[in-house]
Amino acid sequence: MQRFIRAGVLWFPALLIIIITIITIITTISAFSVEAAEKPEVLRFGEMYGEVSSLGIALSDRLRSLENRSVVMEGFMAPPLKPTLDFFVLTRVPMSICPFCSSDADWPYDIVVVYLKEPVTALPFDRPLRVEGRLELGTKVDPATGFVSLVRIYATSLREAK
Amino acid sequence: MLWRKVWLRRLWLRKVWLTAGMVLLCAFPALAEPELVVLPIDRAKFLAGAKFDMEVELRGAKADEIRVLIDGKDAAAFFGAVPRVKKEETLSSSRLDGVAFPKAGAVKVDVEAKAGGKTFTKSVGYSVVGPEKRTAKNVILFVGDGMGLVSRQIARILSKGITQGKYNGYLDMELLNDGLALLNTSGYDSLVTDSANSASAYATGHKSVVNAMGVYEDSNPDPLSHPKVENIAELVRRVAGMSVGVVTTSNITDATPAAMVAHTRRRAEQNFIAGEMLKADVVLGGGSQQFLPQSTPGSRRRDDRNLIEEFRAKGYAFAGTRAELAAARGDKILGLFNLDNMNVYLDREILKGPDVLKGFTDQPTLMEMTKKAIDVLSRNKNGFFLMVEGACIDKQLHVMDWERSAYDTIEFDRAIAVAREFAARDGATLILATADHSHGVSITGTYHEKDGKTGRQAVRTYAASTFPTFRDEDGDGFPENPAPDVTLAIEYANHPDYYEDFKFHKTPVSPAIMSGDVAVANVKRAPNGVFYPGNIPGAESQEVHAADDVPLSAGGPGADHFKGVMDNTEVFFGIVRALGLDPTKNK
Repeated sequence: MQRFIRAGVLWFPALLIIIITIITIITTISAFSVEAAEKPEVLRFGEMYGEVSSLGIALSDRLRSLENRSVVMEGFMAPPLKPTLDFFVLTRVPMSICPFCSSDADWPYDIVVVYLKEPVTALPFDRPLRVEGRLELGTKVDPATGFVSLVRIYATSLREAK
Repeated sequence: MLWRKVWLRRLWLRKVWLTAGMVLLCAFPALAEPELVVLPIDRAKFLAGAKFDMEVELRGAKADEIRVLIDGKDAAAFFGAVPRVKKEETLSSSRLDGVAFPKAGAVKVDVEAKAGGKTFTKSVGYSVVGPEKRTAKNVILFVGDGMGLVSRQIARILSKGITQGKYNGYLDMELLNDGLALLNTSGYDSLVTDSANSASAYATGHKSVVNAMGVYEDSNPDPLSHPKVENIAELVRRVAGMSVGVVTTSNITDATPAAMVAHTRRRAEQNFIAGEMLKADVVLGGGSQQFLPQSTPGSRRRDDRNLIEEFRAKGYAFAGTRAELAAARGDKILGLFNLDNMNVYLDREILKGPDVLKGFTDQPTLMEMTKKAIDVLSRNKNGFFLMVEGACIDKQLHVMDWERSAYDTIEFDRAIAVAREFAARDGATLILATADHSHGVSITGTYHEKDGKTGRQAVRTYAASTFPTFRDEDGDGFPENPAPDVTLAIEYANHPDYYEDFKFHKTPVSPAIMSGDVAVANVKRAPNGVFYPGNIPGAESQEVHAADDVPLSAGGPGADHFKGVMDNTEVFFGIVRALGLDPTKNK
C-alpha cells in the first residue's frame, strides 16, 4: 500500500509533465503549421502610403490590411547604428547618407525597421535584401536606441535577393 | 548634405581632443596653457545700436578675476549691464547680454584674467559704424545656394543660348548691373564655409563658424546659449517696423532661411528653428515635418507642439499646396508645400515622376512664392526685407546632378525677374542676387555621341566644343529637353569614388552610397560609365563646397554699396546702409 502510494506520488507529477509537454508540442506544431500555411504577401515600398500631404502621411489601405500578417519585402540595408545589431533599417534605394551617424541627416519617409531574432553582421549595403516576417504598424520607440519607427517587420528569414 | 558629416566628424574629433585635453589638464595642470577668448572676435564690425552678447572665456583654468575694459572703461559700466560670471575648474567666463555700442568709431577692448597667480591678457579691436541716409524702402536678397560663377553661366547657356560665341541674352540676375561685387565667403573657423555660417554673415554682419548662425561660438554645450548678435529680421522690425519674408525651395528650417531669423550654434536644431519662423510675416517653402506634432506620421518633431496651429492662432493663413497659396489672404502666410525639401524644378514641373514626387503633385514654383511674398509684404508702408533662396542649386551639385541644379538656377533667375518687375513699378527696392558659397564645377566643353564616340572620348574640347543644342521653344526660360544631342561636358573638381557617363539621369541617382563609414561608387549612376577614383576623404559620399569667391549683382537704390572685392559680412552693412537703419532707436 505504502509502495503504491509512493509510486503514485512519483507518477503523478511525471504524468503531468508528459501531458504538458505533449500539449506544448501540439500547440507549437499547429501554430507553426498555421504560420507555414500563410503564404507571405509581397509588399512593395511604393504601396506603403496612401494620402501624403504637408499635413502628414496616411498609411495605405493595403499596408493596414497586412498588419500582423506575414510579408516579404525587398530593399537595401542602411549602414547600421553599430556593427552587430538586432534591428536595421530597410530602404527603397541604397543610402548615400548615414542618418545613424549624423543626428540631423534625415531618413526618407518610406523606411521599414527590421527586427531580427539573432544579431547579424556583415550584410551588404549595396545589394538588395529579401526580408520575410510579421508586419507591425504604429509609432514605436526602440527601447535601447530611442529610434522611432512606424512600420516594422519581425523577420523570420533574411537573405540576399536574387 | 556634406556639411553634416563634416561637422559630425569634427564634433567627434573635437570630443576626443576635448576629453584628451581634460585628462591632460587634470593630470598635468602645468602642461596646458589656458587660453583667453574674446567674443565677438578681433576686427569684428558693428552697427551702432545693434545688440549683441559680449563674452570673455578663460579656457583651461579657474579665474580669480576677469576684467574687461572698453576704451579703458569697465565694460559693465560702459554698457550699463550686469555681467554673468561663471568660475569653474577648467572654464571661467564673464558675459554681458544684449549690449550695443552707442556711437560710431574705433573701439579697443582689453581683457585681463587672473588665475592661480598668473595673469592672462588679450586685446581686440572693433569698428563701429553709424547710420546713413535711407535710399531703399525695401530689400530683396536672393541667395542661390552654392551658385558660383559657373552655375550662373551654365544657366545662361541653357536658358538663353549662345550663337557664334555671343549669348542670345543674359539672365535677369546679370541684368542687375547697378553694382557688381566679388564676395569672400570664409567663416572665422575655416576656409570653406557652409550655408549656415555664410547666410549668418549676410544676416548679421558677423562671421561665425560652420553650422552656426547668429552666434559666436563659446564653450557652452547647449547650442542655443552661445553669445548672439542681432539679425536682420530682428533689426528691420525693431528699428523700422518693416515686414519680413523668407522663401525657399528647401526645408524652411534649413540653414539659409534659418539664419535670417534664428540664433543657434547647430543648424540641426530645426525643431527650434521652426518656432523662430514666427519672426517672419511670410514663410514659404518645404519642411512641414518640423511643424507637425510627433504623433503625426511624417513629423520630425520630438514634442507634441503643432506649430501650424500655433501660427494659425497668431494670425497666419496656412497653405499646403500651390492652389492654397494662390487663395491665401491676409498679411501673414505660412506656406509649407512638402514634408521635406520641395522637389526640384525639373521633377516638379517637367518630368513629374510619381516615384520622385511621392504624392506632392501641387507644389508652387519659386516664382509664384516670390510673387505672393512681395504682394503680401509690400502692403507695409514701412517697407520690407525679403530673402528668397534657390536652395537646391546646391543640393543638386552635392549629388553631382548639374542639370537639375541648372534648372533650379533658371527658376531662381525667373524669381528674380518677378522681383525686377515689382521693383520697376515700385522704384524703391534694392535687389541683391548672390550665392553663399561655391562648388567645384567647371565647363570643360560640350558632349555628344553623334560620331559614335562615347565616354571621355566624346568630351569635346577646344575647337571640337561646338555649341550645345538646348532649345527653349515656348520662351518660358527653361529648355524643354534637359538632354539634347549636344550637351555640356561638366567636370567636378572634387568628388567621391563615382561613375561618370556625362548623361542626364531621368531619375535622380546618388553618386556614392555609404557602406559603413566608407562611401562606395554607386554603379547605378552610370552602369557603362568611367570610374573616377575619389579625391576627397573616403567617408565623403558627395561633392563638397569650394572656397571660391562668389559674385553679387545689385540693382536699384543702394546698389552702389556693392562693388569691388568685399567680405561677405559687408553685404549686411550694405543692406542696413541702403535701409538707413539706426538701431540706436526703436520704431
